Amino acid sequence: MNPISFLTQMIRIAVPYLFAASGGVVAERAGIVSLTLEGFMLSGAFAAVLGTNYSGSPWVGVLCGILGGLIFSLIHAVATIRYRADQVVVGVAINLLAIGVTRFFLKLFFASSSNSPRVAGFGGNINVAGFDNPLLWLGIIVAPVMAFVIYKTPFGLRVRAVGEHPDAAESVGVSVTRVRYVAVAISGMLAALGGVYLALDQHQFTDQMTAGRGFIAISAVIFGRWDPIRAALACLLFAAAETLQIQLQGSHAIPSQFIEMIPYALTIIALAGVVGRAVPPAALGKVED
Amino acid sequence: MRKLILVTFLLLAVHIALLFTRRNAKAEGKETSPVRVGIVLDVGGRGDKSFNDGAYAGADSATKMLGSNIRFIEPGEGADREAGLRLLAAEGMNLVIGVGFIFTDDLANLAKEYPNTAFAGIDYALATDANGNVIPPPPNVAALKFREEEGSYLVGALAALVSHSKKVGFVGGMDIPLIHKFEAGYRAGIKKVCPDCEVIVQYAGVTPDAFKNPGKGKELALSQYNQGVEVIFHAAGSTGQGVFEAARATNKLAIGVDSDQNDDAPGHVLTSMVKGVNTATFDAISRVQNHTFKGGIYSFGLKEGGVGYIYDSRNRGLIPDGVRARVEELKQEIIAGRIKVPSTR
Repeated sequence: MNPISFLTQMIRIAVPYLFAASGGVVAERAGIVSLTLEGFMLSGAFAAVLGTNYSGSPWVGVLCGILGGLIFSLIHAVATIRYRADQVVVGVAINLLAIGVTRFFLKLFFASSSNSPRVAGFGGNINVAGFDNPLLWLGIIVAPVMAFVIYKTPFGLRVRAVGEHPDAAESVGVSVTRVRYVAVAISGMLAALGGVYLALDQHQFTDQMTAGRGFIAISAVIFGRWDPIRAALACLLFAAAETLQIQLQGSHAIPSQFIEMIPYALTIIALAGVVGRAVPPAALGKVED
Repeated sequence: MRKLILVTFLLLAVHIALLFTRRNAKAEGKETSPVRVGIVLDVGGRGDKSFNDGAYAGADSATKMLGSNIRFIEPGEGADREAGLRLLAAEGMNLVIGVGFIFTDDLANLAKEYPNTAFAGIDYALATDANGNVIPPPPNVAALKFREEEGSYLVGALAALVSHSKKVGFVGGMDIPLIHKFEAGYRAGIKKVCPDCEVIVQYAGVTPDAFKNPGKGKELALSQYNQGVEVIFHAAGSTGQGVFEAARATNKLAIGVDSDQNDDAPGHVLTSMVKGVNTATFDAISRVQNHTFKGGIYSFGLKEGGVGYIYDSRNRGLIPDGVRARVEELKQEIIAGRIKVPSTR
């Protein structure tokens, strides 16, 4: 096995996870459960293909994709923050909604229930193994940037405060509602970029093309103990396992069932406190009165 | 509360009574009237460029040629499937078709409740008992099966004959027996024409998501192409779109599945292993029309025109005449029964 091809493939696989997990960390640190990442990614992927198809420019597609994620995240935010609905229930609903809505518009715009036509995308020079895609580089730097935002900026401090102790934050004049809206919106836009990367790398949208990547990202958030850098490392770990499986399959060295289990098994291990206690933000998922 | 229960029961009674009137009225409508067919499509519905469109095409020609009266239901996720079948059966359709192996259990259950209705299941999954014997479907259910291994055998031979690297690839969707049939036939076809060829086989996953993961398909295909594979056959639903994308990126070839997938990557689709879902659908409808419908297992292979591979003006340039002749020869041998294609790996 060639180490260069291993590394490049691992990074390509990790990029959607990196975007979505960074989004998940922000929302969860603000106290909003991020089961919605899958739905945000899917809506971002579809909106990106729609935008690229009608404009011919993948950059317009990127903006549309971000907008798609933003719309879904605002639905989530209004339901959970304004109307204080149960975040897990709304999260599941958002994911189902994203599947239905993207399929509906796929039929409406492209008269197909399986895939869109081919659209423009980034890169395409096979000799650089996908590294001529600007979104890939963005995916690599997104976690350090989010770490800076969360730990070194006033906004990050507020995010952490409303996620740990919303009453205390409120008492010193921080608008819990506003901080949470912004955090969920950022998570929607970041996760959407993960979907945008997938769709533009494929040059098309296919029905439910995110295929559970949002849930792997949530696993990374939990396994990374709600820290952007550790979550990113978890993403790389999961991607490395997947790459190993791809490159070793055929030799049947590792059963693929085992590899697919890894993210979830590690999440359970992390939650069970086997390797250091995974303590979620204190106000995570709590509906305040 | 008691009132509510009473009203509910009354409504239920009326509902059931109405169901019976519909059915009886229908039973007296009989012979001369055109056959009434209800089809429940798989998730995705029309426009999937595969199964559902195939069933639709078959039904469409039945409408035109036999004057059949056909009603479609496109269910959403999960539970509506059974409800769709039940609705059609309760409406007294002569034939109710479920498109996709996922309908198997629902069809088997409903067939017992509606013994006078004919049912057909495309890709109906037959269970086996403890001794490995096939359990036949209920007497009023036609299990429409395809011998995908035969078509896969031919495209396997084709793939081995056009590539120079002695390495041929396969990307499957979910790791299940249905897809192993494709793999087994493909492998046998390759080994027939090139005994020392290496077959690299990979599956996208172990959950149904594996059929909808083009990102994974692309990475699997890229890793195979990088190992020197020149042709990859995919049996992986929309995961295969990723295989085509990798074929474009590396300027290699891929083989489509179920329907002619040339449009997905023109110039990079060597051929497609097609399943005649339309043929099977039309066949089932015409049997009901002619009153020759019987339950049981109907198997469609090369002989029945139920499977095949695409060779037309669009891919002729990719297939040398000698290769085409050799594959046709193999096809005749399979039809004549001289070659037995394995269906398990």
